[in-house]
Amino acid sequence: MRFNEKELVSLSRQPSQRAAELGMKGPKKGDVVKKRLVKLVVNFLFYFRTDEEEPLGALLLEQCRVEREDDQAFSIAFLDEAERKYLFECDSQEQCLEWIDSIVKASYEFMRKNLIFYRTEIHRMTGKDPLEQYGISDETRFQVNSGLQPITKEA
Amino acid sequence: MKLNERSVAHYATCDSPPDKTGFLFKKGERNTAYHRRWFILKGNMLFYLEDRESREPIGVIVLEGCTVELCESVEEFAFAVKFDCAKARVYKMAAESQAAMESWVKALSRASFDYMRLVVRELERQLEEMQEASGASTPSRGKASRRQQSSRSKPALQSGLAVAPSTHLPAYTRGTQEEVQLLSGPAWENGVSWSRPGALPNGSEPPQEGYGSSDGVRPPPVPPRRRGTIGYSTSSLESPVSPGTVCFSKLHDWYGKEVADLRVEWLQSQ
Repeated sequence: MRFNEKELVSLSRQPSQRAAELGMKGPKKGDVVKKRLVKLVVNFLFYFRTDEEEPLGALLLEQCRVEREDDQAFSIAFLDEAERKYLFECDSQEQCLEWIDSIVKASYEFMRKNLIFYRTEIHRMTGKDPLEQYGISDETRFQVNSGLQPITKEA
Repeated sequence: MKLNERSVAHYATCDSPPDKTGFLFKKGERNTAYHRRWFILKGNMLFYLEDRESREPIGVIVLEGCTVELCESVEEFAFAVKFDCAKARVYKMAAESQAAMESWVKALSRASFDYMRLVVRELERQLEEMQEASGASTPSRGKASRRQQSSRSKPALQSGLAVAPSTHLPAYTRGTQEEVQLLSGPAWENGVSWSRPGALPNGSEPPQEGYGSSDGVRPPPVPPRRRGTIGYSTSSLESPVSPGTVCFSKLHDWYGKEVADLRVEWLQSQ
């Protein structure tokens, strides 16, 4: 599948939510733990060889599961291939928990659910849709029931 | 650079509802003819497939940091997705009608993660203000106070909205059973459920009870604020954002104006 690699590399240089050197092990049998600079930018997790400018790779953090593996380690697996886990080793329990928290919250879908929740709550409390004043009430991405709507057909 | 392509492709076609779908013509890279492709917009990812029934995307355009512009073209209803990085490719597309073009331009220009985050934070802030104003019926917690100023730069703001284990969750999360499972085993599927064991500190804040609305509904965990001002994140928000535009409504007006300007431009070109 093609993707816009240059732009993704550029994104990896943006200010990050969280970045640290962690031990990282790929999902394949035979992969070993290697020291990587891991950087969280929007819904991507980039990983670099320490002191290299260009990332070795990126993981899109949608539809994934984050699991505590150990005192100081966590894993990321994607729902379409749940047995393949990327393992990350941290320096402390606290760091591990902070990373887990950040990654869980780093997905677009997670943000969307937050938004829908707040929108519904505010509407419930005030009787008004908070998005109306910005003229974005009808945007598909903010719809409460979008799971039930048929896929928007192009006009 | 590697990418978890299989999973990314899966995101395109999985259950979660897309933000927009439809046919567009896309100009090829080497072969400069326009090809008709089926497009699926989900979050900040724009997938394109051979046709509507295809199982897998041919490719994906990560939209973070892009701008969308009308472009001069022999093709009618043409627009371009541009990026502000060196040697970035310009993705030229054409819609099949004026309405479709406007609709796509609007959808794509607001597809970034940063934009979604902005809107979420705005609503979060509004909710906070409402609760503070109404002297919200919060159960007395005896924990760290929420006397902190409502200031964007304070990460501590989220402490008032941290989640605690609860048997009541909004209807659109999974049922209680799933939640119990999550509480006992520390696994989280992002985008799927928002409960988590109360024992985990959120950053440095001790877990606190939610603000407890009357029907026992708990808010989801609040996405962490970026440390520092929102201003610096505009580097990934592209040039449209005027420096120092940290105010949501200003930023939002800008997006709206951008679309309005495009409209005017197009009308004038007729």
